[in-house]
Amino acid sequence: MEQSSRAQFEQTVLVHLGAAYNLARWLTRDDRDAEDVVQEACLRAFRFFDGYRGGNSRAWLLTIVRHTCYTWLRANRAKDLIAFDETLDSADPGAGPEELVLHSVDQQALRNALEELPVEFREVIILRELEEMSYKEIAAIAGIPLGTVMSRLARARKRLEHSLTQPATVEA
Amino acid sequence: MNCQETQTLIHGYLDGELDLVNSLKVEEHLQDCRSCSQEQANHQTLRDALRGGGLYFQPPASLRKRVLSNVEQASRHSAAPRAPRWSWSWLGAAAVLVRQVVITWGLTRSMARPPAGDLVAQEVVASHVRSLMPDHLTDVTSSSQHTVKPWFAGKLNFSPQVVDLASDGFPLIGGRLDYLDNQPVAALVYGRQQHLINLFIWPSTSAATTQTEVRQGYQLVHWTQSGMNYWVVSDMNAAELEVFVQLIQKQAGS
Repeated sequence: MEQSSRAQFEQTVLVHLGAAYNLARWLTRDDRDAEDVVQEACLRAFRFFDGYRGGNSRAWLLTIVRHTCYTWLRANRAKDLIAFDETLDSADPGAGPEELVLHSVDQQALRNALEELPVEFREVIILRELEEMSYKEIAAIAGIPLGTVMSRLARARKRLEHSLTQPATVEA
Repeated sequence: MNCQETQTLIHGYLDGELDLVNSLKVEEHLQDCRSCSQEQANHQTLRDALRGGGLYFQPPASLRKRVLSNVEQASRHSAAPRAPRWSWSWLGAAAVLVRQVVITWGLTRSMARPPAGDLVAQEVVASHVRSLMPDHLTDVTSSSQHTVKPWFAGKLNFSPQVVDLASDGFPLIGGRLDYLDNQPVAALVYGRQQHLINLFIWPSTSAATTQTEVRQGYQLVHWTQSGMNYWVVSDMNAAELEVFVQLIQKQAGS
């Protein structure tokens, strides 16, 4: 019985270890810390595994990983979490929006820009673009309403585009 | 719809999350508004870059080992709560066991992966994900095989076998025309509680035994039978999907 629940845990949950690590790595921004968080999260997942009633196991594991990340951030990087304002950047100048044209994106610049996003924005981008999750799944994982998923994605993308079009290096 | 509304809704539109009415409104606005359509182009460029690869962090190989050994230890504890919290001799034994598991796992994985089918597998997953977006699932929605099968006639140059497996707990939801491996293919959609299964069928010139793999969290099963390629993809667990595969193989062989 115990043996079989462990095997089942491996089959249904640990197949998503890559997704778990990727999310933890982006949220903690550190290799070692991400490994610690993932180990902790997997242990929690195993303890709660009896309560898992089937369904989307990747979303289930990522919910636990995200929660573990936030606990870790609160203890170790409290400044990453303070002062997140949902209305940030919400006032959009309706008239004459800047015509920033993104022709191509430098991968290193993109990586930096993503790391600099507030964690609440960063996570929706990771879940949407790297994990290709639906709004419904993201809403469940992050514990926010569907509409908030869309508005956070909107702001996160605008911020990324803005930092990518800043003339960090002058092009000829 | 004005620019301000569009600038938020355009994201739902890009992500395939808007209903038809709002999608049409966004499209209409984009046709008339240069600055919003520039925004859309920017979002698309950003998305392509984000998905272009290189941003996904892969875990070190040792992480899986450590997680397994933690889990092993935790289940020991729950079995014998008074056991010492830390035992080196036991850890050594566990390490050997874990290594064995990891090696076996690695071997079966590398053996199961078809190098030529890799690209097709990628397409299959992409098509499955696309089909889950609103209004992308089926072209013909019917639980009757007698409605779905004739629907494919004239759209494909082969006739896929269509069976309803409702009595086995996998009701047929409908069919869809899809495009994989550079050709039109039949996509049949089955349900299982809240899960969906896509079954892709198209003619095959080679033979392959049943192969399974996991990709982006989805289970994939592939085989050839009676001159047809079969690909099954779902977010269901491997054991349940195996039941479905056996049912299809039985029907296709009959």
